[in-house]
Amino acid sequence: MAEDVKKPEELIQIDYGPPKRSWMDPTVKFERGSYNYAAVKENQEYLSLPYPRKWQPYEDDWQLPDGWEEIIFKGFKERLEKYRSLRIFMDICVRCGACADKCHFFIGSGDPKNMPVLRAELLRSVYRNDFTTAGKVLGKFAGGRKLTVGVLKEWFYYFYQCTECRRCSVFCPYGIDTAEITMMARELMNLIGISIEWIGTPVANCFRTGNHLGIQPHGFKDSIDFAVDELEELTGVRVEAPINKKGAEILFVAPSADYFASPHYYTLLGYLQLFHEIGLDYTWSSYASEGGNFGLFHSAEMMKRLNSKIYMEAKRLGVKWIIGGECGHMWRVVHQYMDTLNGPADFLEEPVSPFTGTRFENTRATKMVHISEFTADLIHHNKLKLDPSRNDHWRVTYHDSCNPVRAMGLLEEPRYVINSVCNNFHEMPENTIREQTFCCGSGAGLGTDENFEMRMRGGLPRANAVQYVHDTHDVNILLCMCAIDKATLPPLLEYWVPGVEVGGVHEMVGNALIMKGQHDRPTDLRGIPYKQDGREGDDNV
Amino acid sequence: MNLFFSLVVIAVLIVLPWVLVGAAGLDYLFGVIVPYVALAVFVVGLIMRVLQWARLPVPFRIPTTCGQQKSLPWIKPSKLESPYSTWGVIGRMLLEVLFFRSLFRNTRSELRDGARLTYFADKWLWAGGLAFHWTFLIVVARHFRFFLEPVPWCVSVMEGLDSFFQVGLPIIYLTDVIIIAALTYLFFRRVVNPRLRYISLAGDYFPLLLLLGIAVSGVWMRYFDKTDVVGIKELTMGLVTLSPVVPEGISALFFVHLFLVSALLIYFPFSKLVHAGGVFFSPTRNLANNNRVKRHINPWDYPVKVHTYEEYEDEFRDVMKAAEMPLEKE
Repeated sequence: MAEDVKKPEELIQIDYGPPKRSWMDPTVKFERGSYNYAAVKENQEYLSLPYPRKWQPYEDDWQLPDGWEEIIFKGFKERLEKYRSLRIFMDICVRCGACADKCHFFIGSGDPKNMPVLRAELLRSVYRNDFTTAGKVLGKFAGGRKLTVGVLKEWFYYFYQCTECRRCSVFCPYGIDTAEITMMARELMNLIGISIEWIGTPVANCFRTGNHLGIQPHGFKDSIDFAVDELEELTGVRVEAPINKKGAEILFVAPSADYFASPHYYTLLGYLQLFHEIGLDYTWSSYASEGGNFGLFHSAEMMKRLNSKIYMEAKRLGVKWIIGGECGHMWRVVHQYMDTLNGPADFLEEPVSPFTGTRFENTRATKMVHISEFTADLIHHNKLKLDPSRNDHWRVTYHDSCNPVRAMGLLEEPRYVINSVCNNFHEMPENTIREQTFCCGSGAGLGTDENFEMRMRGGLPRANAVQYVHDTHDVNILLCMCAIDKATLPPLLEYWVPGVEVGGVHEMVGNALIMKGQHDRPTDLRGIPYKQDGREGDDNV
Repeated sequence: MNLFFSLVVIAVLIVLPWVLVGAAGLDYLFGVIVPYVALAVFVVGLIMRVLQWARLPVPFRIPTTCGQQKSLPWIKPSKLESPYSTWGVIGRMLLEVLFFRSLFRNTRSELRDGARLTYFADKWLWAGGLAFHWTFLIVVARHFRFFLEPVPWCVSVMEGLDSFFQVGLPIIYLTDVIIIAALTYLFFRRVVNPRLRYISLAGDYFPLLLLLGIAVSGVWMRYFDKTDVVGIKELTMGLVTLSPVVPEGISALFFVHLFLVSALLIYFPFSKLVHAGGVFFSPTRNLANNNRVKRHINPWDYPVKVHTYEEYEDEFRDVMKAAEMPLEKE
């Protein structure tokens, strides 16, 4: 955390009053803490993207290519013809304002251009100017704006201040989805070489090494092996974690942070325990070692390029079907895009749980099952020996991650699992969970240090809801099923609600799971002594 | 500025027929030609708009799911909020179009005591919007008494219900009161709320003022001006039967009303008012959440540059070998 970060007491002074100047005059100040650095030239080149160059958003001259307006105009036209969503969302907004205070960035910043309606108007005003009769004739009176450098800078600032969480789309009477608009705007900016580092680098890494972190195959194996060793220490059980094993029944794909970051790591331990205990015939893949897909935050094409690995690897290894780990945007890609992008998966079999016989009919075409669907089914059929009291030192609440909820409908599976492995589960207020859940404020490629202040602002509604259950129910851990959440909620909570940890659902499963041949396991997966009869666990976690 | 611009345009739209019919006697222009042109523009414009949307591809299936997916057999799915069948989608769309389901969710957030975010249910916009749209539909339907002879029984029944309270003479239609109240609310909401005023374009004030103008001029004719209904029906029936006549003695107010309606028809296909048709095409609402069950085809899908396993192994073969990882080629 940088030293010049504002204190929470300062940040909470939010002015929701709109400024005097019309929003149509573009004004953007690139102040430290509220924007992201530009994509690195070498990575842009590696991915064969147009106009790679060294530049930064705070510089006056963005070194735009000659005729950049024409490139954007053509790109816009092309997308208006390729996406009904874009055309409809450009045409039918009535600016009723229902979406205004639904965006976490607006709630946390008060900046009117963070109202989803105005964020979309940034693009829509150019659409009206260039593509509608009224805009061509009446110009500003019809809400049209010419695309200028000022407008472009606004696009960059505000379309990289949207986490594509789709909360506004739940409230919009026409279902206008700002995520879709942001995706289109980012694609347009990509055409002239404008993107951010925290998307460009993970994407380039993933393309080359199979994961966002750029971990090479031996490094990947090392981390998995390390986890196996550590798990043996914690439980006394030596598990197997095969990598690139041909002929396994199932390919398991998780976000790379699970094996390289904390607190994701405890979730990894949970997976390993679970798969061992039930005797799952599965394999990891070093080539497809990333479930997450920052291509989603870049362009449909990049999403397809990265996502292709999962099916290609499933085919090469000859597995029957696929299980995916705890991740948010990964599941938007898997659920809503993968089959369309890289299917059909006709070389795989319709997923059937080898332990319960359950046919996962909801995955008939895509053949990829969410780990919480898989685990909930196991628990429902009493296939796991669980002792929820081993999680009694945790008083938990659950953060629905944006994409699994609003682009999938995954609500009850994780709750069923949590309720089976934890005794103290408290929901946050109803306007902040399920389909109304608030984003962590750092998704869609925005989780950088340089963007710290804006992340704290965007995460305010989430943190505020955590504060509520922390105060009323003494909640000390926020569970979630998203790798970006697990990376960015800890600093968010440290900032707004100190004293609440962040964990994964399968971490709790791991804690509660009684394994054959285990030793007495005095601690949970974090090494924290758990509450036993008459003995308090360490609450100061 | 945007508001001022809209007010000026509305004023012109009112004064124009008033003066030109009253003083210049252009009643055939405003009674026959303009309405025909307006109707033609409306029909052709709207059809073109809808066809344009309809022929556009839907590359991805992107419903916004607002409820539980259908997954394991013992977990109850949300049939309407996360529809997985065509019937579910139809149900969701009906809820959306007839009852404004999504708007019904509306909340208002407030930062209280300087640090606590609180959310309140806020149904005013939903109520105002719903009241306007439904009464508008009924008022339009009621007007079929001017375009059909004999007046169909359903129109008469509707009029009977609408004048249920039997107050005033002529008896006051409930919908007349509600539509003006709703439009007034929707208009003042935009003007008074600073946030809404900030986002409002001329194209947001104008249709509200236009509709208010239409409603008020209509009400004025019926209750205060007591316009010559027989003459008007002669004119409207003439329009319908394509043998237009403009009888003597129809008040200028009627021409104002008719001209504003014509303006609305012409404006409709080129404005945000096309949301009426567009909502049916919204891909976040009209698609089923059966993504992993049924393959969705992108009609413009094209091959992309991928990084194959072979390329990957070629680059990392040595380290993989050293780490004793399985290889395709030794």
